[in-house]
Amino acid sequence: MVMNNRNEQLETLQEIRSLMERSSRFISLSGLSGVAAGIFALIGAGFVYVYLDTLPFEHKRLYYITAQTANKWGMNYIQFFLLDAIAVLAGAISMGIFFTTRRARRKGQTIWDSTAQRLLINLAIPLVSGGVFCLALLYHGQIGLIAPATLIFYGLSLVNASKYTLSDIRYLGFLEIILGSAAMFSPGYGLEIWAIGFGILHIVYGIIMYYKYD
Amino acid sequence: MKSIIEKLNKIFDSHAKLGIMSILMVNEWVNFKTFKEMLQLTDGNLASHMSALEKHQFVEVRKQFVGRRPQTTYNATDIGRKAFKDHLDALEELLKNR
Repeated sequence: MVMNNRNEQLETLQEIRSLMERSSRFISLSGLSGVAAGIFALIGAGFVYVYLDTLPFEHKRLYYITAQTANKWGMNYIQFFLLDAIAVLAGAISMGIFFTTRRARRKGQTIWDSTAQRLLINLAIPLVSGGVFCLALLYHGQIGLIAPATLIFYGLSLVNASKYTLSDIRYLGFLEIILGSAAMFSPGYGLEIWAIGFGILHIVYGIIMYYKYD
Repeated sequence: MKSIIEKLNKIFDSHAKLGIMSILMVNEWVNFKTFKEMLQLTDGNLASHMSALEKHQFVEVRKQFVGRRPQTTYNATDIGRKAFKDHLDALEELLKNR
């Protein structure tokens, strides 16, 4: 009788573990949202090079001068950067919502539950702080530090949010923080490092997550 | 061996009650609908398991209005947490001692 129960007890323990995981973490996050966010980031960075008529890793000494005197498509550089950033963010968020809802629907999971709310709140706290910080940098004319700051604050958001979703994003967070810190000390290469962090890392991570979970 | 088996809490023979407590160990103030979806139980079934846990003072209940809708949420009490932990420890011990 006791031997018979062994499997049953192991099963019970696994069931408890699974319930604890499912009830406290948002697990519907799709890897494809990461890939889409990365692609939008690369397109956004590409537009900056077109706007400034420069190429990545080129004319670094002239970069800021070019940026501050640029006036293309009827926009000065501040207007252009803001518009570009908002477009990338909007594209990444909408595709993220699209792929994540699609994945949740396929797997019969609830999308808007308390785990989703908790994830978003914890993601938003460092992210909004970072947004305010970047606006302050813009206000004080410290344009060169904006791209590194977005990487660092985004990384902190991911580390903070990783307790409420697939824990893998914690390491993506660490990588973004390291890249952002390196970018702080590499004047002129902010955008290149930004494109690596938000573009390439997202795509690579998204693909890994897709094959691991989808 | 018999003493360990005796440590297993009879209440947790029920999978539903064990499930409810599992969710409450990692979440605070969980609403009725969440339990229903997670455990795939009917309203009546869930309510009767819940009131049994309430009777043992393993869970506390809060009723409040969210907008115009009444919402019932549940939280594990210290007694409930201890009982659940002891039950898990006993299960673990039982598995180790084979």
